[in-house]
Amino acid sequence: MEKAVVCTDITKSFGEGDTRVQVLRSLDLEIQMGRLAMLMGPSGCGKTTLISIIAGLLDPTGGELEVLGERPGTFKPQDQILFRRENLGFVFQQFNLLPALTAAENVAVPLFVAGESRARAVENARHVLSTLGMGDRVNARPSQLSGGQQQRVAIARALIHEPRLILCDEPTSALDAQAGERVMELLCTVAVRPERAVIVVTHDNRIVDFADTIAHMEDGRITHIERGAALRVANGVLA
Amino acid sequence: MPAEIVKSIENGRREQTPAKAHNPKNKKRSLLTFLRDQRAMNWVALQMLMGDRAKYLALIFTIAFSSFLIAQQLSIFCRIMDRTRSQIVDVRDADIWVMDPATQYIDEVYSLKDSDVDRVRGVPGVRWAVRFFKGQPRAKAADGRFRVAILLGVDDASLAGGPEKSKMILGSVESLRDPDAVIIDLAGYHFFFPGQPPQLGKTFELNDHRAKVVGIVDASAPFTTFPVFYSRYSVALNFVGRERKMLSFVLVKGDGRVPIAELCRRIRAGTGLQAITTDQFGWMTIWYYIHNTGIPVNFGLTVAIALIVGTVVAGQTFYIFTIENLKQFGALKAIGTTNLRIMGMILLQALVVGVIGYGLGMGLTAGFFTIFERQDATRGIFLLWQVLEATAAVDLMIALVASLLSIRKVLVLEPAIVFRG
Repeated sequence: MEKAVVCTDITKSFGEGDTRVQVLRSLDLEIQMGRLAMLMGPSGCGKTTLISIIAGLLDPTGGELEVLGERPGTFKPQDQILFRRENLGFVFQQFNLLPALTAAENVAVPLFVAGESRARAVENARHVLSTLGMGDRVNARPSQLSGGQQQRVAIARALIHEPRLILCDEPTSALDAQAGERVMELLCTVAVRPERAVIVVTHDNRIVDFADTIAHMEDGRITHIERGAALRVANGVLA
Repeated sequence: MPAEIVKSIENGRREQTPAKAHNPKNKKRSLLTFLRDQRAMNWVALQMLMGDRAKYLALIFTIAFSSFLIAQQLSIFCRIMDRTRSQIVDVRDADIWVMDPATQYIDEVYSLKDSDVDRVRGVPGVRWAVRFFKGQPRAKAADGRFRVAILLGVDDASLAGGPEKSKMILGSVESLRDPDAVIIDLAGYHFFFPGQPPQLGKTFELNDHRAKVVGIVDASAPFTTFPVFYSRYSVALNFVGRERKMLSFVLVKGDGRVPIAELCRRIRAGTGLQAITTDQFGWMTIWYYIHNTGIPVNFGLTVAIALIVGTVVAGQTFYIFTIENLKQFGALKAIGTTNLRIMGMILLQALVVGVIGYGLGMGLTAGFFTIFERQDATRGIFLLWQVLEATAAVDLMIALVASLLSIRKVLVLEPAIVFRG
């Protein structure tokens, strides 16, 4: 099976001299395509740093990173941005929707960034939102949406340009249990495809059942990996 | 979610936006394509700007207020300074003004001898040279109203140095040949005869001498706002009383064969008097007021405060606006927006508030001058096109400075910030 992410001996430190902080220590991790992988661990264990490195938003201090068969670390900065734009989708903890734009316009932002015309991009976004059950909220602004609805808009935004890797940072931590579960169901059914992988950073134990793989982190290292996916396989949504 | 819906999403997207595999060649695009691709993001930038209504309006009104103050004060300053030379520029028929060598500006004159005019006439290249008097008698109307006035005495024979015919509202310049005849400017007439339509035949006392109005002229507003009277040279001397030397200036017209600068040099060499062109004398007077009065400091201070307040407040508001949107900018960067494009978005935002604020400010300034140009005291003060252009440049500078800090903040922003809750 194709590998979405391969981390080999990844280290990351911040600061220098006495103020140097080692955040990731010789970390190895492989994530397969078609899987929903979770990174779990206590605060400060390096989850966010790791996902930032995978996303190409931070450079590792050492080690090798392979994402979707490419080594983004060897790209020129402009090519790194292009690679991220075309292949990665993001779902953030605080949604990070643009408050001045409607739900459909927010979803269309990755297409705007890619140079798509506004009318066409918004039309696509409306279509995606409709299929996510938000057809009646396409013209609502983020302030008019509940937390769960905002996160669904964020998921639609992460999906609209058909990325091959979706990175989710604490997607349920700002939501109540019911809304969090719906968001995870949506991710599992819509985002996880054979040609795509989803990585979720979380410390929310309520959603572990949605994971195919759970990488537990502590003190900058992967301590152990669990294989999961019981719920989704049981539902038979993904073969 | 049912599998068919998932399939529908996939199909719907595939039909309209085929997936792009990573290929560095994709980034090689023409400038035209790049600019076209910017349109949607430019629209996002404007939505972000206008979505924060309070800061958007604060930015516009800050720049509008600053533009208004700068343009209004600069225009008034320029026009007031221009007024200091109004009696010089109103003399259209002479090329050169000859005066005492120590003269600094038109309002303080050390008189020449009557014979000086003949010496000037003897300089080769002079077509004609005539006497010109400037004095300040008291003018008193029949009802007791009085003011110090500016009295200009023009050549008895040719009336050279007199008002332009096109500026005459009533009467004619030729009527100055009548006994005790004076031409008064319209603002002076309004002062002495408020509410009365312009009418000839009114009489004054000018330093206890009778003067009769034979014409009303639309003279340039003087710096002191005194009424302006024209009379013949000999009549003017009678009004102000005889002294040993009374000749204020000699007005000279060149014969056209000698360059004016050379003629000035010849007059200086031949007479020992100061001889300068009308334009030079006008600027000499303006510079005298700039150097020797507090007027430029006062106006300059207001303009400087408007500039500083405009820049600081606009910069601060824009910076706060950017700081509050930092997460959004971070998200845009994470999604794949380049620094160049984000810089373009911020500059566009700054430019839009700058242009709207400038337009509003210039509208206010134009309105102000439209109202006040009808007042006698403020006549001739209007919005100069040079000030319009200078204010536009200043506004552009304010917008750029205001956006610089924001641009820097966003450029150094790590997109990884979006992963920090």
